[in-house]
Order: sequence, then C-alpha cells, then structure tokens
Amino acid sequence: MSAVPAIELRSITKTFGKVVANKNVNLSANHGEILSILGENGSGKTTLMNMISGIYFPDEGHIFINGEETVITSPKDAFAYKIGMIHQHFKLVDVFSAAENIVLGIEDGAYNLKRSTEEIREICDKYGFELDLDKKVYTMSVSEKQTVEIIKVLYRGADILILDEPTAVLTPQETEKLFKVLRSMRDAGKCIIIITHKLHEVLSLSDRVSVLRKGEYVGTVKTCDTSESELTEMMVGKKVELNIHRAEPNDAKLRLCVSNITCTDRQGTVVLDDVSFEAYSGEILGIAGIAGSGQRELLESIAGLQHLNCGEIIYYDPETGEEENLRDKTPVQIRDMGVRLSFVPEDRLGMGLVGNMDIVDNMMLRSYSKGHSVFLRRKDPRDLAERIINDLEVVTPGANTPVRRLSGGNVQKVLVGREIAASPTVLMVAYPVRGLDINSSYLIYNLLNEQKEKGVCVIFVGEDLDVLLALCDRIMVIGSGRITGCVDARGTTKEQIGLLMTKSREDVR
Amino acid sequence: MIIAFFCRAVLLGVPLLYGSTGEIVTEKSGHLNLGIPGIMYVGAISGVCGSFIYEHLCNNDIANMNPFLAVLIPFFCSVLGSVFMGLLYSFFTVTLRVNQNVTGLAITTFGIGIGNFFGASIAKLVESEITSVTLSKTSSFFCAKLPFADKLGWFGKLFLSFDFMTYLAIAIAIAASIVLNRTRVGLNLRAVGENPATADAAGINVIRYKYLATCIGSAIAGLGGLQYVMAYADGVWSNNAFGDRGWMAIALVIFALWKPSVAILGSFLFGALCNAPTFVKGLGTDAMKLFEMLPYVVTIIVLVFTSMRKKREHQPPESLGLNYFREDR
Repeated sequence: MSAVPAIELRSITKTFGKVVANKNVNLSANHGEILSILGENGSGKTTLMNMISGIYFPDEGHIFINGEETVITSPKDAFAYKIGMIHQHFKLVDVFSAAENIVLGIEDGAYNLKRSTEEIREICDKYGFELDLDKKVYTMSVSEKQTVEIIKVLYRGADILILDEPTAVLTPQETEKLFKVLRSMRDAGKCIIIITHKLHEVLSLSDRVSVLRKGEYVGTVKTCDTSESELTEMMVGKKVELNIHRAEPNDAKLRLCVSNITCTDRQGTVVLDDVSFEAYSGEILGIAGIAGSGQRELLESIAGLQHLNCGEIIYYDPETGEEENLRDKTPVQIRDMGVRLSFVPEDRLGMGLVGNMDIVDNMMLRSYSKGHSVFLRRKDPRDLAERIINDLEVVTPGANTPVRRLSGGNVQKVLVGREIAASPTVLMVAYPVRGLDINSSYLIYNLLNEQKEKGVCVIFVGEDLDVLLALCDRIMVIGSGRITGCVDARGTTKEQIGLLMTKSREDVR
Repeated sequence: MIIAFFCRAVLLGVPLLYGSTGEIVTEKSGHLNLGIPGIMYVGAISGVCGSFIYEHLCNNDIANMNPFLAVLIPFFCSVLGSVFMGLLYSFFTVTLRVNQNVTGLAITTFGIGIGNFFGASIAKLVESEITSVTLSKTSSFFCAKLPFADKLGWFGKLFLSFDFMTYLAIAIAIAASIVLNRTRVGLNLRAVGENPATADAAGINVIRYKYLATCIGSAIAGLGGLQYVMAYADGVWSNNAFGDRGWMAIALVIFALWKPSVAILGSFLFGALCNAPTFVKGLGTDAMKLFEMLPYVVTIIVLVFTSMRKKREHQPPESLGLNYFREDR
C-alpha cells in the first residue's frame, strides 16, 4: 500500500433537482486494495461512482487522484486518469463484437481491429479470461458480457476499477471466479472499488468497507474488524432483525399442477422445455436460476400470457375442488373462471403498472370491470391506494402522483400491495425485492409469509440464493428452460443450488 | 429499349440515393430525420437561387459563365441551405431534446414551404407565367457528359452517359459505406446510434457525433434535390415538382437495411419501379397511380422478410428516435 491514496473524495455533494443523492461524502481508496462501498438501494453509491467516472458532475467537493486535485467532466477525462467503471447495466453495444466493444472510443493510432484483437488477447491471457472476441454481444451470457466490460477497462490501462454490483446476475460459481480475478488484479497493484449490498461478499472479498446511508457517508471500517450485524447497523441506521420467520406449511393441498409444458419464443428458440412441477397451498415455492433461463415465460404461461406448444396447467379450486385447465386461456378468461391469480411481473412498469398513471388509477387496472355505470367509481381504489401507502410505507407526495415518479422500491410496493389486495389463491412474484432496501425487502418477505400462512400458494422467483434458502419451503431450479432439480430449502446449501443452476447449461450444450 | 429503361431508372433513382445515403448517415447517429423531404426541397431551391444569381451576374449569357463557378456556386449554396436545415433539426432534437418525429415533420413542412416560396418569388422576378424557373444554362454544365461516351455504344450509354452528380452519388454512398464499417469514426457513430450511453461512457462525444451526422446527412440529402433540378429536370424548377421523392428516400433506407451499399442498388430498383408505368403501354392515369405504389409495396415486403428473419444486424439502430441526455435517470 502506498502512502498516497489512489483516489480520494472530499465533501462531495450531488443533487438531482430537490433530491440529494450524495451529501458531503468523504472517501479514499489505495492501490493494491479492494474497497467495498456498501449501502442500501438509493443510498447514492452508484451516483457517487458515476461522478468519479465522469458520467455525473459533482455540485460540490473535490476529487484527488494520486494526491493531486482533478476535475473530471466526462468519461474521457476519467480514462485519462486511468479510471474504469463497470456499470451494473452493462454499457455494451449489442450488435458489435466483443473486440469492437472493447476498442470503442479509443482515439489513438490507426483503426486496426486485427492488431487490437491481438493486444486484447494478451490481456485475456495475463488475467486468465476466456472469451471469444469475435462473438456478438447479443449472443453472450451475462457473465461473458461482464468479462467484456472488465477487459474493456483493462485494455484502456485502468488503474482504478469501479464495479457496480457485479455479482447481481452471476451464479455463486461465476461470482467466485470473478473474485479470483479481482484478487489477482489487486495483487497486481490496482485499486478496486466494488459497490454492493450483499454483506457476505463484502466480508469475503474486500480489505476495507465504506458505508453510505441515504446519500450520506457513515464511515469506513476494516473488513477484518467488523461483522455482518455491525455493517447492517451502519447501513440501515438501526438494528435490523435479519432472520426471516419461516413457518412450517400446514394443510398443504395441491393447488397447481403443471405438466410437460413446452413453449418457444418468436425466434423459434425453446424457452421452456418439458417443464413439470406441482405447487401446494400454504407453501412458498422458490424458483432459482440464472436470469433469463425461462422464469419469466414460466410465470407468464400460468398467468395466461404465453402460448404453449404442449402440456397442461391444472388448477385445483380450493372451494369447489374442481379442476380447471388454464392452458391457452387469456387472463380475463382465467379470472372469469373464478381463479384468483395474482402476478407481480419482473418488468414492473412495463407489465405491472402504467407509469404515467397515478396510484389510484393503477389500482383500477385490476378492478375496472367491477362497476356497472358509465362513470368510474374511484372511491374503492382510492381507499385501497391510501391503505397501501400507509401499510407499506410508500414514499410518495400523494395517491395522485404518477407511478413513474416514484423510486423503484416504492413502485414495487405499490404493485405488490395491489396484487396481494386481490386476495389471491395463487400468488406469483418475480424478483419482488429487486431495488428495495433492507427494510422494505423484509416487509415484502413478511407479506409473502403472511399470504402463505393464509393458505395461498406462493411462487417466488428470486435471485438472491440466501433469501431463497431462508424464505422458501421448496426450491426449484431452472436452467435453459428445463427444471434441473427441486430441493427442500431446509436442507440445501447455496453451492448445491449453484451447481444445479450451471449444470444444466453444459448439458444443453 | 432496355438500355433506355435502365438509364431512366438510374436517373430517377439518383435523388433517392442522395436522400437515403444522407438519411442513413443521420439514422446511424440515432436520429430519425423525417425532415429529409423538406431538406431536399431546400437543397434544391438553394442551388436554384445560387445559379439564378450567378446567371444574372453573367447577364444571362452562357459565354460569360465559367463552367466551374456555374457548378460550384449552386453546389455550395445547396450544401449551405441543407446544412442550415440540418443544424435546425439537430438543435431542436439534440440540444433541446424535442421529439424527433414532430421536429422532422415540421422541418419537412417548413422546407417545402421555403422551396415553394422562393421558387414562386424567382418566377415572379423573371415574370414567368407559371411558377417555374428555367436555368438551362447552369443545367447544361451540370449535364456535361464525357465526350467519348457516345462512341462506345451500349457500354458508353449504360455506364458513362450520366451527369457527374450521378457518379458523385454512388461515390458518396460507397464512401459512406466504407466510413461506417471500416473506420473508427464509423464505429463510434454506430455506437452512438445503438447505445449513446455506452458511447458516452466510452469517451465518445455523443453530441458532436449527432450534430455532425445530422448535418452531413442533410448536406448529402440536399444534393439530391439539386441533382433533381439540374440534371433530371434540365434546370427547370417548378413548385412541388419534386413530389414525394423525399419520403421514398426514407422508405429506401428501410429497404436497404441501413446499408448505403445496398441503397445504391435499391435506388436503381426504386427508379425502375417508378419508371415502369411509362414503359408499360396503354395505361390509364388511374392505373399509373397504382403503379406508383410499387416502391412502397416492395419496401413493405422487405420489412416483412427482415422482421421474419429477425437478424439483429438488420434491425434499425437500437436507440433510433430516442433523444439522449447523459444525466437522465
């Protein structure tokens, strides 16, 4: 470690309109060190890093690089100071090849893709990356895309690497591989800053941790001197019970039986391949898998939004005991059959809510057909909206604010609140806590548990394996559209699930 | 007969080629410039104004006119006019981030208006009975052909009998193709159109690329208007004569799958399709109108096929039509 920090921030402040994203933040990171920046969603981690990489410009404060004060006004400046950022949402051009993406924006010398490709290959060999440089980005897996991003900043000779939630989309095995690469880069003297909200990663990877809370700097601690509970307390500002209460399922009855469903997307690729499973009342069935393995299509098939090539979906009515086949029914037909199905889709503003409409109007999306007069009756949806705002602590100026203006977590609360209010018998949720802070996440977990105890059949698609293991009764793993395993969540480890997630991939290839 | 048909097809296709090459360059930066029809009008009328002034300065005597100036003055006036329109468009869409479609349509209406206003004004100056301006002297310079073309029989007719602006159009299209696919500038420009946030994070000056692509694209498109008046119409400007060629140029962009090299062949095909009715004997005016739909029908067929094949390389630039703001959340 050198005496002069590689990068130092002094009293940085950034506001967006009236929203203060960062307030008076001080931070420093050294060469040959991995610094974690920990904070809940919306605590300003990404904004802060975007200021270092030149995407945003700070309103106040100073940035020092290797002890010298610098002004970074554009990403180009950041490159000049050897700062490279790997964004959470990859900044790659889909129709370009890996090599084209890597050389993009570099101005020096003549344009010669062949020579550049050789230089890139050298970097790959040095750090042990495996990548086909001629492969188009849109055909790549998430972890390949991330590799491209990392090579991109290395190719530019970055000394300071910033990674924004790099593990959010990786399997445990891929994560371990990434960490190995990061450690070897640290040992090569690079300064690595990693943004995350996963505590166990912080503890296993970093040398020091800086914590942000609601845009403000809380403090920095050495990783070896701290613990999970201390970090949580710093992050949230109060002690949080990190345990999810999991009741034993009682009176489990078959609620949904999916057998042999297969479906293809518009390009003709098989997205669900002979999927069969059963879901019971009073349990939470977790679905784990790498993003885009068919989770979305699976839920949409049940919700009546996906055309199936074959197979059936049988719903067992808890009141009448009748069996209904939901295959190839539209959502309206399913509702008319008396099946109370609630669906919290992954794409909240695309499929769940209408961004430009306010909370009350969004409530009516579910109940618009109830009235019989020409005019709308807004009283019930308004009451419901008010109730959700109160119960779920939705931060909004009022029930008449367009949903689009709310933060991601609050949008999610509105959607989950609405779907639960429909008192479903089957509740399907996809990534319900994505973008939510710890408090809200646990609020959602409790809501799901409440539904489970009421006898609802809950299907939970999640990405955080720790949460899946703590919350669900059974976990089904999906890989490339196939069910690769179904395990009891009470006696399984993360690694076992991780293996199931990746195993299928090789099988399919 | 076939040779004559082909030559007509090329002549009809060249304005479209200018228009679509210009539009492709613009669209590669992520800006859907629906102002192209208007910009082509402005390009034409600016050239007409330039050559009108020059002809008058030379006392309307062809002997006083310098061939180079006679070509260069309208040429530069045309470029100037259309770049001005391009600047206007990019100021609205890049800097003020106004909706691109609305701006483009406004530019088209505005450009056609400018064209017809100045056209009518000049016609009034020369006290012409109909609203048309004849610049046959300038046109004769534009239409100058290689002297030995006629001696080479069908070969000369097929390949060497055109005005220089035709060859320029093909050269520009080929150059655009090379720049887009083989150079760093092209790579950067495509990145800007595909994903401006990525380009920005890679240190590319997105705003500059967008401005330059729009203005250069407009200049190229404007030349199409000039070529139409000077070479195709023999120097006769009449109001609204240019018609909907601008829209056809935009259709050609889609037909060519955003590739200037394909646009060359596409423009000849469109020219042939436009030309077809005059070569089919015994057509009534009503049937002619049906034939005029052909280019659009072909475009729709191409669209259907490309959307069926779903190859990502054949899709429009990903952020086409979306304005970019770096600090957008």
